[in-house]
Amino acid sequence: MADIAISNVTKSYGKTAVIHGVDLAIRDGEFVVILGPSGCGKSTLLRMIAGLEEISGGTIAIAGEAVNEKEPRERGCAMVFQNYALYPHFSVAENIGYALKVAGVAKAERMRRVREVAKSVGLEEYLDRKPSQLSGGQRQRVAMGRAMIREPKVFLFDEPLSNLDAKLRVQMRLEIRKLHQRLGATSVFVTHDQVEAMTLADRIVVMNAGKIEQIGTPSEIYDRPETLFVAGFISSPPMNLLEVTIPVRGEAHAGDIVISTPAFLAGKPGAAAMIGVRPEHLEISAQGRFSLQAEFVEKLGSVQLVHGSFAGRDFILQCPATQPVAAGQRLLFDIPAAAMHAFDPATGARIPKVQPAGRQNEPVAA
Amino acid sequence: MIERTPVLNFFTHLAMLVGIILAALPIYIVFVASSHDFQTVNIVPMPLTPGYSLVENYTKVWTKSDFGTKFVNSFIVATGVTIGKIAIAAITAFSIVFFNYRLKMLFFWLIFVTLMLPLEVRIVPTYAVAANALSPIQGVLNGLFNAPALLLGLIGIEGLPQVALKLPEWNLLNSYTGLILPLVATATGTFLFRQFFLTVPAELVEASKMDGAGPIRFFWDVLLPLSKTNMAALATIMFVYAWNQYLWPLLVTTRPEMTTATMQLQKLVPGPLFGQPPVWNEAMAGTLIVMLPPLLVVIFMQGYFVRGLISADK
Repeated sequence: MADIAISNVTKSYGKTAVIHGVDLAIRDGEFVVILGPSGCGKSTLLRMIAGLEEISGGTIAIAGEAVNEKEPRERGCAMVFQNYALYPHFSVAENIGYALKVAGVAKAERMRRVREVAKSVGLEEYLDRKPSQLSGGQRQRVAMGRAMIREPKVFLFDEPLSNLDAKLRVQMRLEIRKLHQRLGATSVFVTHDQVEAMTLADRIVVMNAGKIEQIGTPSEIYDRPETLFVAGFISSPPMNLLEVTIPVRGEAHAGDIVISTPAFLAGKPGAAAMIGVRPEHLEISAQGRFSLQAEFVEKLGSVQLVHGSFAGRDFILQCPATQPVAAGQRLLFDIPAAAMHAFDPATGARIPKVQPAGRQNEPVAA
Repeated sequence: MIERTPVLNFFTHLAMLVGIILAALPIYIVFVASSHDFQTVNIVPMPLTPGYSLVENYTKVWTKSDFGTKFVNSFIVATGVTIGKIAIAAITAFSIVFFNYRLKMLFFWLIFVTLMLPLEVRIVPTYAVAANALSPIQGVLNGLFNAPALLLGLIGIEGLPQVALKLPEWNLLNSYTGLILPLVATATGTFLFRQFFLTVPAELVEASKMDGAGPIRFFWDVLLPLSKTNMAALATIMFVYAWNQYLWPLLVTTRPEMTTATMQLQKLVPGPLFGQPPVWNEAMAGTLIVMLPPLLVVIFMQGYFVRGLISADK
């Protein structure tokens, strides 16, 4: 069992706090992706699990045992670094086998295991090469082999794919996922790339400014973003957000535009809310109640994104590539109430659909 | 920059040629002088073409000056100094770059300041220590033991017994230790290693931590192999430096079997001081012999030397 329990962990450098009380429970064998913009503290959190950064407050426990005071080597974690961090003067075999050498494993046994690992990451023919003679993807595989050979309880990945080109990234992503299915070790993967997060994760942890915004499965995060930040950060193209007031139930006003809203949003004069709807959920039709002038069109192959402005904000419509759209053209669309998300503009919290009994159903007054 | 300018080419080549002549001509004259017999070399002006006594002069000066022993001494000293300097420089730089402790920068600057205090400046105290290596410890201990008596003396209480501790004498004069040790401390080397260590990516340190390697393992398995070119550069500079040492060996050795090749050169020119005409042909032959080892070291190491100084290879 190698579950990771992170409770109330903080990190500060001098007086600057970068992580403010993070709680996270990672189950044994789970693949968790920590996702967030750069500088949100996601790498710091990973490095604290690894033991490369001191923990300023709170505890981290691996397999039920607090590891705050333990050296990295005693924690049973292996790490794959962003820039691979291979030893440049060692051959591939030596790089992979170094941990075993340090641990004092006899040479014959070491070579046997190195070959075994090299085989599973497809590097058998390159064992004698130096890292400088390998391509980016091969180096990445060496780094993974180096992590695998220790048969760790926990795999830590620190943005391991961000130095690869787009095609290789997709391929390595698959390989990492396969590796996880085969080994079943608890894995923590840090990235700023949401596609990576969506495809790899059992659960995603979205972080922002040193705090966890939301923890959930990829579909939960996509379908039900808990905060305004998550709504704007997850998925590409981003969610369209509109600042509205909801004077009466069922009606949102953005300037002189009136949008019908789901019934759960209670109305109150002057009550403000943020309404969000994903570009792919907008319904484009000739009978649409709203209109948007296309400023420019991004063609992505299967779909095209039409950028324009609506109710004074940047707005994106997604339509099939078959539909002819040109810049300057006016498009009509509808906003289906079912696809609508609503957030409290003051706290950024989601206004939930199902209200606890006995509580008034209101957005915060402005 | 690739340019096609015949005029500029001509002048750059000219400048190069002048440079080569300036550097090589004196050596050529030394070579010519070392190849003539005693009479010819003293003709004014001296002939500028090689003579016929080359082998004779070299064998004569080699046996007469006992260069066999002197070369062995010089090699032991130069190699000892080089290895010592590299070892100390690598270890100090390792400590300064990869560990965090209080007053770290102070220590670094203390080392750095010694760049301004070459051996020549501190030669008298260094000699005193070499004459009795334990004398500083003895002095400190005696000072500590006698401090109470001294303080009480200040406030008028006298008559406390004075301690005069006498440690056994440890004489470094006329020994390899004495020739090597005072030359081993090196700020240049520490600085060179520090600059290189600073370029080693932090991930490499972290990766080795994750692999379970402790600091010494990391130093030995990762850092030292990576600093190979650096060490070669330092070794080149330091070997030449140690080989060319003159003042310190002159002070610290009195027995002829402990003297070094460089010291012996001065004895090759007894000259007018001793009422004889100088034996220039033999002196020049000796000079060339003594020049040879550092020259060979530079030639063999120059590839590494340049790469080490600019740290291009990683």
